[in-house]
Amino acid sequence: MKPTEQKAHAPFLPGAAALGLMTFYLIALLAVERQPLIIGLLGIAIAGVLATGWLGLLAPVGRSFVEHENAFGALTVLAACVVAAAFHDNHFVLLLVVTVLLNSVATLGLNIQFGYAGVLNFAGASFLGVGAYTAAVLTAHTAVPHLLVLPIAGIAAALIGSLLLLPALRTRGHYAAVVTIAFALLFKTLLEVNDVLGGPQGLQVKGMEIFGWSLNDGMTIGPVELSFYLNYFFVSMALLVGAFILVRRLDRSWIGLNLDALRLDETAARCFGLNVARWKTVAFTLGNFIIGIAGALAGMIGGFVAPNNYTFADSLTLVSILLLGGIGSPWGSIVAAIIVVVVPEKLQTIQEYRFLLYATLVIVVLLFRSEGLLPRPMRRYIPGWRP
Amino acid sequence: MTALLTAHGLTKKFGGVTALDRLDLSVERNEILGLIGPNGSGKTTFFNVATGLYGAEAGAMTFDGIDITRASPQAIFRAGIARTFQRSRLLLPLSIFDNIMIGNHTRLSQSLWFNLVRRSAFKRELEASYVAARTLVEKFDRKLADRLLEPVGGLPMIERRRIEICRALINQPKLLLLDEPAAGMTHEETAELMDNILQVRALSAGLTIIIVEHEMGLIERVTDRCVAFNFGRKVAEGTYREVAADPHVQEAYFGVA
Repeated sequence: MKPTEQKAHAPFLPGAAALGLMTFYLIALLAVERQPLIIGLLGIAIAGVLATGWLGLLAPVGRSFVEHENAFGALTVLAACVVAAAFHDNHFVLLLVVTVLLNSVATLGLNIQFGYAGVLNFAGASFLGVGAYTAAVLTAHTAVPHLLVLPIAGIAAALIGSLLLLPALRTRGHYAAVVTIAFALLFKTLLEVNDVLGGPQGLQVKGMEIFGWSLNDGMTIGPVELSFYLNYFFVSMALLVGAFILVRRLDRSWIGLNLDALRLDETAARCFGLNVARWKTVAFTLGNFIIGIAGALAGMIGGFVAPNNYTFADSLTLVSILLLGGIGSPWGSIVAAIIVVVVPEKLQTIQEYRFLLYATLVIVVLLFRSEGLLPRPMRRYIPGWRP
Repeated sequence: MTALLTAHGLTKKFGGVTALDRLDLSVERNEILGLIGPNGSGKTTFFNVATGLYGAEAGAMTFDGIDITRASPQAIFRAGIARTFQRSRLLLPLSIFDNIMIGNHTRLSQSLWFNLVRRSAFKRELEASYVAARTLVEKFDRKLADRLLEPVGGLPMIERRRIEICRALINQPKLLLLDEPAAGMTHEETAELMDNILQVRALSAGLTIIIVEHEMGLIERVTDRCVAFNFGRKVAEGTYREVAADPHVQEAYFGVA
């Protein structure tokens, strides 16, 4: 008998318990306002994770997520809905949750580029910007249905990203990264000096409308008032689910294998017939497409785009989410997005020091857990697949 | 029948160093050819030119009747040349199966639609590929065949070599280039590997192999014919015994007496 067949299926319970605890914790953290309490809660989280890790309880959690990934995907969506429902009338918290979701989507795009294909992109925020500006122009001057604006914004980001392809394909590693840094700086400067797109003041973006229903209107169900951000929560959630499934399937296909091969050893990949330029192009374009969609939706939610929202520092934040969560690990990106977005927002005392926090976090993680909080597991083409 | 691979006047320079100097070489179908020569005599450079990693400055190469002098590595692989590397170039974090599938990738469906959307068709292709990989690995090592989903990184050198050879063989190439397959191995392992190479030839009808190797025991036992290189030129050609006895070869290795 094959040894793999003798192993029992991983139990479901540890993952479910962990997910329940995390949902409960997140609601508590988002509800609490007083600084000492927040610091206490964060301390408890760190101590709790370290303690469960020390007791060896994290491994079973990971195994049940890996074994029953589809079920846990659905449960995680449910958990997010529970969090949103708990704050159904709270604009501030819901906007925070939506920001987490959209940052996760953008990081998933980066993940295809850097995590799989090894193409560094230090202009993530610029492609968010391309998406948002596209949404601003399309909603102001055309009658394109808003559900179509999202993919069009994605295509715009992918097309503008293809300007970078030629220089990025001709250079390797760090040099290709420098090309994207140059683009990030150029993008912001160009928007600022050029008045066509509003210059430094930026442009207004209309709120989203789906079949005549404006998402900027809050709803009232009986005595319960719902924040309009709840509408955007569902759209963002749908986008995240779509992007997550896409990234997951990509990783678990021959294309994911191709991308891994060209990241790990381009020379060997070429010797086995891989078209390096083609696959780098696919990864870079697909990544920017996803980032552009996230940017468009973020723009519609914020109601406003300006060059200052898409700085090099914002691109670095996306990269730090990727590194923190674990390169090539979509679950990790989501966990890291929660940490990177929520913690500085709740810890008002450190507001100005948030970049210091990211930097420290990334350095600590790279030192002690270089593969990120949730390292990427071995490729299993189909969850639970046993040959 | 014409030779499978011919090189005519092949020249490759690195700055002032001439790594291949008007090299003429031909490889017959179904033979195992050994390339020997001191370090830096151009053996690996020949492999790198033959697989399209380096472009030659002058000369021409034909493979199976087509000109491959200016062809890309991708085109050359598709034409039917596969190789292993001197310093094992496996993708260490990936599983044995994944590594072998890299060699098979020209036969796997590559469209986004197939890979992302048609998941049940993908699963069928995955399962068929798994069986193919397992059947191939089983020929070399039955135990290894049970561990195809484990990472390559933890395996000993000889297993890595075998996986490299499987990766090169899965696509059923016409020509297999082995670059120092016995490097870093013990005597026992080298002996096992020789058995494996002979086994490969016995199992794959019509396969031609070129081996670069410093381990003369292996060259003697495995090859049909030998070519000795020195300073990028062919200095001797013939059976291993003839080549080893050739004064030019002795001069290349030991210097002039």
